[in-house]
Formats: sequence, C-alpha cells, structure tokens
Amino acid sequence: MANPVAQAGRDARLRHGWWRSHRFLILRRCSQLLILLTFLSGPLWGVWILRGNYSASLLLDTVPLTDPLMMLESLLAGQWPAWLAWVGAAVVLTYGLIGNRVFCGWVCPLNPLTDLAAWLRRRLGLRQSATLSRRLRYGILLMVLAGSALSGSLLWEWVNPVALTGRGLIHGVAGDAAGWLCGLAAAFGAGIWLLLALFLFDLLVVEHGWCGHLCPVGAMYGVIGSQGVMQVSAQRREQCTRCMDCFHVCPEAQILREPLLSPDAPPQVASDACIACGRCIDVCAENVFTITSKFHSSGAKK
Amino acid sequence: MSRQRDKAPARRRFLRDAARSAAGLAGIAALLGLQQHQSQARDGLALRPPGALAEGDFVNACIRCGQCVQACPYQTLKLATLLSPLAAGTPYFVARDVPCEMCEDIPCVVACPSGALDPQLSDIDQARMGLAVLLDHENCLNWQGLRCDVCYRVCPQIDAAITLELQRNPRTGKHALFLPTVHSEACTGCGKCEQACVLEEAAIKVLPLSLARGQLGGHYRWGWQEKQRAGQALVPEGGQLPAHGVGEGK
Repeated sequence: MANPVAQAGRDARLRHGWWRSHRFLILRRCSQLLILLTFLSGPLWGVWILRGNYSASLLLDTVPLTDPLMMLESLLAGQWPAWLAWVGAAVVLTYGLIGNRVFCGWVCPLNPLTDLAAWLRRRLGLRQSATLSRRLRYGILLMVLAGSALSGSLLWEWVNPVALTGRGLIHGVAGDAAGWLCGLAAAFGAGIWLLLALFLFDLLVVEHGWCGHLCPVGAMYGVIGSQGVMQVSAQRREQCTRCMDCFHVCPEAQILREPLLSPDAPPQVASDACIACGRCIDVCAENVFTITSKFHSSGAKK
Repeated sequence: MSRQRDKAPARRRFLRDAARSAAGLAGIAALLGLQQHQSQARDGLALRPPGALAEGDFVNACIRCGQCVQACPYQTLKLATLLSPLAAGTPYFVARDVPCEMCEDIPCVVACPSGALDPQLSDIDQARMGLAVLLDHENCLNWQGLRCDVCYRVCPQIDAAITLELQRNPRTGKHALFLPTVHSEACTGCGKCEQACVLEEAAIKVLPLSLARGQLGGHYRWGWQEKQRAGQALVPEGGQLPAHGVGEGK
C-alpha cells in the first residue's frame, strides 16, 4: 500500500510525466536562484536590482526590505532603527498576505542545503532520527527575543546560518573563478564549518533537523504568515490511496495528517509550519492537493 | 525466529546510537577546532566605517545587510564572519590592508538603512573611525633621526592630524629629530598613515577609540586652566613653602 520512501514521487512521475511531478520543485529552485542572482547582478555586472543581503536589502534603490527577526532583535536590544529599516519591515505585512513560510521554501538560501540532506536521507534509506520537539523552534525564537532584550545584543546573529549563507554567497563574489574561491572563503570564514555541521546534523542526526525543529527565523516567518491568504489544500482527499508519498517528501509531514486523513477536519493545510513548497502537489499521483486561497470555499466536506 | 526479531532492534539501536554519537562528537570537535583557529586569527586591528555609533550601540543597530560594503568604491570594508573578533556580519576595515579613502560624499553612510552609521555625519573630516597612535617610536625612522615622514605626508589632514615636532638629536648633537605627532582633535582614523608606514610592521597604528584614548578622572582639574578661568592664581602667590634641608648644605 504505502510506497517505499526512496521511491516517493515515482507514481506521479510515471502517470503525469517528469515536469508535472517536479514543477513546484523546479519553480522553487528558480525562485531561490533568481533572488540570489538579483543580489549578485550588482557586484558582478553592475546591474543593481537588490542591494544588501537576506538580512536587509534595497530593491531597485527604492523598496527597502528588512528581516523582521533581525529588526525585533535590534529593537529589543535597545536600538531604535532608522525609518528606512522600519519601511523595510513592511515586508512583514506583504509577506504575511502571501502566507505560511514562503520565505523558507522559496527564498531562503539555506533551503537547498537542507533539502539536499533530506533527499540524501531518502535515497540512502537513513530512517533513524533522534526525537526532537518541533515546537523547539518557537522556544528558541522566544529565547532569542528575550535574550536580546536581557543581554542588549543581537543574540541570534552570531550564528544565524541563514544570514551567514547569504552573506557568504553575496559578499564572496568576484569576476574570475580563482577570485571567487578566495572571496567565498573570506566571506564565509569559519561559517562554512557551521553549515557543514548543520548539513550533517540534518543528514545523520535528526530528519529535517534544522528547518523543521530549530530555526527561529523560519518560526518567525511561520508566525507572521500563519494568517496568510495562500494555502495548500487536500481538496480531493477522497482520492487518496494512502501511498504516503506526500508524507515522505513533506518537510513538515505532521501537518498533512489532519487535512488529508481526518474526514472531519478542514482540508486546508493551515499550519504555520507549512513552507508552501508544493512538493506534496508534485508527488501526488492522485492530484489530491491544490493551492487555494484562504477564502476559497472547498467542495470537500468540512 | 523470535530470537532473531529480538536481536534486530537492539543492533539497530546500537548502530543508531553509534552514528548519532559520532555525528554529535564530530560537530563538537569541529566547533572546538574553530575556537582554536580563532585564537590564531590575526588580521590586524579592525576599525568601523565612518559615522559608526559607539561600539556597543553600533553592534546593536547594525542589521548586517552589508550595503555599506557594497557602497564603498574602494573595497575597504569587509563583513565580519563567524569567528572574527567582531560581531558576525558587521562591517569593518583593516587600515594596514585598505584604509578609508575619505570620500567626500561618504557613500557607506548614505547606504546604511539602519542608522548604525550616523546619517548626521556629512563632513568626512569629522569622522572618528579610530585614532592613530605612534605605538613604536623605538623603530620609527623619524625617531632615529632619519627623514621618513611618510605617515605625515600621506595624511589627508597633514599638519593638523599629524605634525612633525622638532627636537634636538642628542646622538649627533647637531641634527634635528622630526617626531611624528598625532593630534586627536583632527585625526579621523582613516588609517592612511598606518597603511603607508614603511616598516615591516607599522610603527604607527590606528586604534579603536576605546583602546586609544585614556580618560581623565572626573575630579581632575588642570591648575593652569582654573587659574585662567579665575583670572588669578587660586592660591596666594609668594607664599613660603616649608623647605627641607635648607641651610644644611647639599
């Protein structure tokens, strides 16, 4: 009945073809790459689309964007940011309108690395995983915020691997290959070892360990996006064959259980844990999932 | 068969625990190794960009966006990494490598969205990135009676931030020493003097203000200033101090 983990998505690929069973994955990688390129086009070719990095940036020299967690830390540490940073925090509102952790799935530069660890896990059949609470990230988020207020510093920013990855990739740019290598080494510094440790942690210790259990940046975006408009919905769940493919690929598999398997629960995957990656839509051979707006009234029984 | 089944979970658990321990230990080892690496880090003294708030405030206000780094036309600024001596992600420069070129329009300050680089700073000559200090006069060529003068010549504030103070050269008895002397009221801490110093290791170095400046105790008064303010000596002049040994010979 249930498919093997290593073959998650095979049914969909056989039935609907390669593109249909990978489209959200491809689109997501394109989105991540495009955003990175808009950061890099300035230093590389002098075409400035996004100045700055994932912590804060300026779009086309007009629209500021600010990481809300960084902003909150700075505020709690006792600094009143300049107005540009405040306007940048308006991204929080725009973001909240889209919904869930879209940042995690579609923007975060760390996501390809943690996805790689999860993919390797499925491929290599690594099933063992230490138990760690998914709610831990909210604890860490609170700790970071309270800690910033108590210590009067941006507590999280010393180790923040999301910001670290962005800084390394963006500030390591150089025109030629050799310069790029040196630049990356200088821009990442010791941070590269933190990323390696994080990758190994995801691969060997806890399944979806970083994004799914620890990252307070994702937790923050989840809280903000929880009331967002866009939601994944198990619209045609009566067609579900319990093949478990979606559970195997979903980085937050626990959130699928209710919408998919409980006939009494609403079909929307409304959890703030959903990173809106759309992989469940890709791998489902039965076309159970769709993306709906929050206001969409589904035909499925509520 | 049942024995087989009993054995499998135990073996699996053993393997799982072993793998976990190994991974955890590898992680810890990596971190500790990094710590060791950090203690060997030597990339000179790090200075903040012009207009930076006082160090504590700066670190809290800076949102690590690196826009100042991108705005700098001379690639002076870098971003601190995980194990830098400075907070990760904050901008700095090392004067000996690339000093601040003192742009009149101060693009780094203009680019800063958070106010960590004070937008009030409009005159680069008012920047106080640090303070140049002639740390090692024993190796300074000018102090040996030679005419190097490089730090003085390259100073954008020549004759204000660095002057050459003449002193008799006691070694030759007939020449002068031209002693480079930094004046804190004009020095911006741009670091050009440190970068230009001809020694293998610069004798003049730009230190962060917190390191470079002493602080007078609040209770101190300079007698000559008080005298000037009062318009007269504060103690009656011509008084006789008790003198020891007078009349007893030398």
